[in-house]
Amino acid sequence: MTFRKYLVLFGIALFGSVGDSLLSRGMRDIGTVSLTHLQSLIVALANVWVLGGIVLLIGFFATYMTALSWADLTYVLPATSIGYVIIALIAKFVLNEQVTTARWIGILLITSGVGFIAGGPVLTPLPDHQLRESHPEHEAELASVRGPS
Amino acid sequence: MKHAYTWGAIFLMVTASVTGDVLLSKAMKQIGDVGDLWKNHGIFRVVGSVLRHPLFALGIAAMAIAFFALLFGLSWGDVSLIAPASASLTFVGNMIAAKLFLHERVDRRRCIAVALVACGVVLLAF
Repeated sequence: MTFRKYLVLFGIALFGSVGDSLLSRGMRDIGTVSLTHLQSLIVALANVWVLGGIVLLIGFFATYMTALSWADLTYVLPATSIGYVIIALIAKFVLNEQVTTARWIGILLITSGVGFIAGGPVLTPLPDHQLRESHPEHEAELASVRGPS
Repeated sequence: MKHAYTWGAIFLMVTASVTGDVLLSKAMKQIGDVGDLWKNHGIFRVVGSVLRHPLFALGIAAMAIAFFALLFGLSWGDVSLIAPASASLTFVGNMIAAKLFLHERVDRRRCIAVALVACGVVLLAF
């Protein structure tokens, strides 16, 4: 894992959490969307908060796809859940919401979960035959590891 | 009734989101490390091969359903119920789906991490 890869993971957490917060703020302006008036979801797309949220979620998407190209899904998801902690800290220090004891415990659990996964392997190794198919350039390397067959 | 709509939206969002995550992960694994691809062939090759991948389109469609289910749910129910409920269920659902369909090695370390995060996300609602 290089510094740039950690930066990509941090980008996922940051864009995702702030984007969701903006969407949530925007939907407060729109109010209740009923099944019979689904067109108000289209109206929601014109809201500044919702638009800002969508722009950030596009950034989230780009970094997420990048991470998935070199890491397992079961690595990326827990590792980037630090975004929930970012939301809680924004709620506390920017929006001045009260953060309860249960929330602090939740933050602690998420942080320890992230710490737990971060020390482990990033990618499940491919079985040999798949590795040969998808990366023929590694054939020589594989052969040297395996020895003559 | 409002309750049923809220949980319906949560269920729809979790299912669509897990499907989307698995499809996108599969697509990106087939494309390979985009950092290497960018270095060797340029950014347009990266964007082109991602956009042309059929699983990518399916994944995006599933994600779009999840997105509108979220918007719909947020307008009905409390964000403090919907966000943690859908997030923690998505974590667990993704772990099972990644093991079944992506054959990822979900060892004890990853199980514990997912469990810690899923519980933590639920606690954030209180």
